[in-house]
Amino acid sequence: MIRVRSRQAMIAPMTAVTAMLMMPGDVPAAGSLAESGLEWPTWTELLRVISLQDYNTRVVVIGTTLLGLAAGLVGTFLLLRKRALLSDTLSHATLPGIALAFMLMTLAGGDGKSLLGLIAGAAVFSVMGTLTVMAIRRWSRLKDDAALGTSLSVYFGLGISLMGIATRMETGNAAGLNSFIYGKTASMLFFDALLITLTALGAALFCLAFFKEFGLLCFDSDFAATQGWPVGWLDLILMVLVVVVTVIGLQAVGLILVVALLIIPPSAARFWTRRLSVMLWLSGLFGALSGLLGSAVSALMANLPAGAVIVLTATVFFILSLFAGTDRGLIRIIAERRRLAARIARENLLRTLYELDERRSGPQAGVHQTAAHAFETLLADRSWTPTRLRRTLGRLISEGPVCSESGERYRLTEKGVRTAAEVVRKHRLWEAYLIAHADVATAQVDMGADRIEHVLGPEMIRELESLLPEYSKTGMPASPHRFEAPKGGP
Amino acid sequence: MQQSTMKEKPPFLQEEVDITPTAESPLWIHDLTVAYHRKPVLWDIDLAIPEGRLTAVVGPNGAGKSTLIKAVLGLVPSASGRIRIYGKPYRRQRHLVGYVPQRESVDWDFPVNALDVVAMGLYRKIGWFRPVTRKHRETAMEALAKVGMADLADRQINQLSGGQQQRVFLARALVQDARIYLMDEPFTGVDVATERAIVTLLKALKEEGKTCVVVHHDLQTVPDYFDQVALLNMRIVADGPVNVVFTEDNLKKTYGGKLTLLSDAFHAFACDPRLPKGEKRSGS
Repeated sequence: MIRVRSRQAMIAPMTAVTAMLMMPGDVPAAGSLAESGLEWPTWTELLRVISLQDYNTRVVVIGTTLLGLAAGLVGTFLLLRKRALLSDTLSHATLPGIALAFMLMTLAGGDGKSLLGLIAGAAVFSVMGTLTVMAIRRWSRLKDDAALGTSLSVYFGLGISLMGIATRMETGNAAGLNSFIYGKTASMLFFDALLITLTALGAALFCLAFFKEFGLLCFDSDFAATQGWPVGWLDLILMVLVVVVTVIGLQAVGLILVVALLIIPPSAARFWTRRLSVMLWLSGLFGALSGLLGSAVSALMANLPAGAVIVLTATVFFILSLFAGTDRGLIRIIAERRRLAARIARENLLRTLYELDERRSGPQAGVHQTAAHAFETLLADRSWTPTRLRRTLGRLISEGPVCSESGERYRLTEKGVRTAAEVVRKHRLWEAYLIAHADVATAQVDMGADRIEHVLGPEMIRELESLLPEYSKTGMPASPHRFEAPKGGP
Repeated sequence: MQQSTMKEKPPFLQEEVDITPTAESPLWIHDLTVAYHRKPVLWDIDLAIPEGRLTAVVGPNGAGKSTLIKAVLGLVPSASGRIRIYGKPYRRQRHLVGYVPQRESVDWDFPVNALDVVAMGLYRKIGWFRPVTRKHRETAMEALAKVGMADLADRQINQLSGGQQQRVFLARALVQDARIYLMDEPFTGVDVATERAIVTLLKALKEEGKTCVVVHHDLQTVPDYFDQVALLNMRIVADGPVNVVFTEDNLKKTYGGKLTLLSDAFHAFACDPRLPKGEKRSGS
């Protein structure tokens, strides 16, 4: 606390520099769509922004991009440490700090809106917010969610009241202070952008330096502690990085939405990879792109608040990842599920054909006699819709295990007999296992027993055979149950 | 139970027992008391683990078995007592201790593979800010091979079965090349293959002269797997060689009877209207 206060004192002479940079009339009100509606940019404006010709735009865009990068990197560890919500409380707690810093600086006769001063105030209060959460958690027996919710609302309420007082102060111009709530890159000065750029770069480098240590902390903090890693300090460093990213993100994104920049990019990155390093870089990339696109769009359309655009851009990445992600994206999951369902259907049909053959030729061991079976027989046995049966049969015919004969009759080919025998064997081994060790199996496996046989690997087959020695001797075990219950396909 | 104590012991457990518990033994605990929210979990523990032997810590649920291990490692604060690893406090002997936590203690949906987790056991040796090199990966690979997981090194950890995850944790402790291993319920909820792998590993560690302290829940296998046993129910009921201590009488004392009265009394003592009912932060 003392260190922060002395930094504030140090900042005082610098406010003069900022004041010089501050152009008269550069005090736009917080962006509001209702005011004047959207103004679409002209082609020349668009070109200027895209080519980064405008010096001020260039600095702002670079600053916001790096901010996004830093937020993506720090956010990855924040998310993996399961502290994402703490950052929400932390960012809301900055508001009273901003208001107080403004009042203090105005009363001291300086420029109330010096970014450094406001950031310092925000940082002090975000730390206080975090400490409040920790104190509630430690001494009150309240659970995390209650502690977080309480601190968030109390500090935000305090901040709103102080903002009310700040805007009514006789001296000083509080207009534009609201941009810290919603974010507005347009009010950013060159000096501010430079400050954000350098700090974000520093935070990003710091985060990368601690890659190994943060990874261990997030995965298994108890183990890290037993190894002698200073878990408390590592957590503190991580939280300091979060505070730094939050406070420098205030002006660009606003305190309500800055948490999104910390959480959305790593959440999106998680859909693509199983490697921490890849997730970290992807998250940084998503964050940086969100910052870049968001601030560019906001620079083109002055009435769009930058924070909202940045967060919406990040959300677009998130939604894309949610569907198209290569590790756990929905499209992939659904495709895999459908592929599995189709395979199960084929295997079930092969088993039906095989067992119908068996029933016709009797249960004698030896060479399997194939027979042609009518479509209706199969339909009755499988209780599927005709369309589904036809589709599955079509697939089996094109792959080779089944051939069709005249009058809609179907027969296993030589290849089909081999495949079907394997499936039937798996099925019967599994059934025998369930009968012999049913209580063990149901306790260890939480999948429908009917589906298990389709996912048994060679390792598990061997295990089954060793558990059921009487079944592994003969090539094809007889069905362990004699009743012919109608079986529905999964 | 008596039947299994009578059973013929495997050769590696048959030799004579020579234990002289001193402060220099691998693990020495004196007068340890641990409490969660004023409710004692461990009470007046005195224990000395002999070197080079396999010791099981056995007791009912909530007896404080995991808490004992965590107290040794400094993960839970102790209200009183002294703990020594080879005569010195744990924080000066970390490099001598390998820890295998309960499998449930971490979120396995973490973006790392099996090899990455095992390499974490080497981080202390690697030191601050230095990256994991190929040499470290080879060491981690050897440890994975020792637990029969070499071919699953690239597997993302949530794609592993419970037993395989447990073996990853064992391998992570192995790479530390410690002298004493503390394992928290490694046999819980594992498949046959993993159980066999752990038993083989324990034997191998014993042959190398390492000391293992294993929290164990399956009473039937205690005489087969271990040479020492410590019966725990908030306090040490008995400890010593399995063939001496692992008796029906002692087990009755540990799992029922008078000790439950004691714990009831402690519970009543700790019952504070401000505390939520039945809150318990430790596992077993």
